[in-house]
Amino acid sequence: MTWDWQVFLKDDGSGRTYLEWMLDAWGWTLSVAGASWVVAMVVGAFVGTLRTLPYSPWLVRLANAWVELFRNVPLLVQIFIWYFVIPKIFPVMKDLSSFVLVVFALGFFTSARIAEQVRAGVQALPRGQRYAGMAMGFTTAQTYRYVILPMAFRIIIPPLTSESMNLLKNSSVAFAVSIAELTMFAMQAQEETSRGIEIYLAVTALYAISAFAVNRIMAVVEKKLQIPGLVVAGATGGGH
Amino acid sequence: MFGLDLSFVNWDIISRFVIKGFIFSVQLTVVATLGGIIFGTLLALMRLSGKAILTVPATIYVNGMRSVPLVMVILWFFLLVPASFYSLIPGGSNYRAEISAVITFVAFEAAYFSEIMRAGIQSISRGQVNAGRALGMTYAQNMRLIILPQAFRNMVPILLTQTIILFQDTSLVYAIGAYDLLKGFTTAGKLYGRTEEAYLLAAVVYFVICFGLSFMVKRLNSRIAIIR
Repeated sequence: MTWDWQVFLKDDGSGRTYLEWMLDAWGWTLSVAGASWVVAMVVGAFVGTLRTLPYSPWLVRLANAWVELFRNVPLLVQIFIWYFVIPKIFPVMKDLSSFVLVVFALGFFTSARIAEQVRAGVQALPRGQRYAGMAMGFTTAQTYRYVILPMAFRIIIPPLTSESMNLLKNSSVAFAVSIAELTMFAMQAQEETSRGIEIYLAVTALYAISAFAVNRIMAVVEKKLQIPGLVVAGATGGGH
Repeated sequence: MFGLDLSFVNWDIISRFVIKGFIFSVQLTVVATLGGIIFGTLLALMRLSGKAILTVPATIYVNGMRSVPLVMVILWFFLLVPASFYSLIPGGSNYRAEISAVITFVAFEAAYFSEIMRAGIQSISRGQVNAGRALGMTYAQNMRLIILPQAFRNMVPILLTQTIILFQDTSLVYAIGAYDLLKGFTTAGKLYGRTEEAYLLAAVVYFVICFGLSFMVKRLNSRIAIIR
């Protein structure tokens, strides 16, 4: 077998090279993953916090239902539902671009996993932390804001790191609704050029580099947020 | 309701389109779980062997697989498995996507199961290892009779959870057009012009299966916890 890396300098028929197309696609992958990450973090932190509230059984049930719903349906099916079904049921959402719909799908899917980690993090704290907040005369909201969540989020940074990397990898599923991201590029360029191995190698490398970058960024965040002298064991994560 | 019409669904459609896909999804899940656990345990043993010639390739394989999206791995195998391979299997050339999917999932899941098994083996206390050695067991006997059975048992809930995730991930064979549960629904939906309803039904079926299974894992988990 011979390599033909020149394929990346060829014109793809629209005046740009395959290399430029691939870098564009990388940009789409990073934007989808980045926007979904924000949605997942905000919603996940909120839902995960609700699941640990004392004295609010209905909010806890609602938040638990949220997690079960988004965890037990495959991501691909969720993306199809956001793309095909939701705009039909809610005509208001007809004008949303497929990018926004995929960000919702991926963000909500991941939010369930984040919520699970947040709940585990809050429940891993000794009960005394909550009592300490109450003894200070804090309201529940203040206890969470100043005592529980700052501790819980530090504990769960390792599993959040792996969830963030999962999110990046899961963004590949967006190919299914024709987002012009890396996997879509890989499939189309492979068909057009028949240089599948070179194309796939390059795309795989970009995914690996991106995942590694996420890992390093989170390591820096972890170090920055570390409380000197405090050692906490991370909760275990799972999944892909 | 909401402009949806589910009246097209009947037993005939389910048995013609959905069952076939469901069977493949289940087969893929079962084969990938068993194969993944077998190869994953081997990979874990390689990584824990302490011999660089075994540790290094196993580590590269596991970390490599885990840093690439499953969809890309599916595409890779579909590209790389040679056409002559499919003709080794009777009738195989008609089921290229399906056969390639099975190979992919075993290879991919082995990396994830190996991490679970590695954690399981490491969770066994040194005393157990030493006890085996004190009885004069070889390394292989010690692994087979003392450590692996306990490691496996400790990890059963996590292995089952991974299997549920695996079942959901089988829907990604969409990328190469294999006929799975999701494809069964979409095919029927397209044929009757009811795409949206088909996706909704697929979501409900996946949800019921995965929720039911994870409920069972949770119960098993609490029973195992009491025994321990």
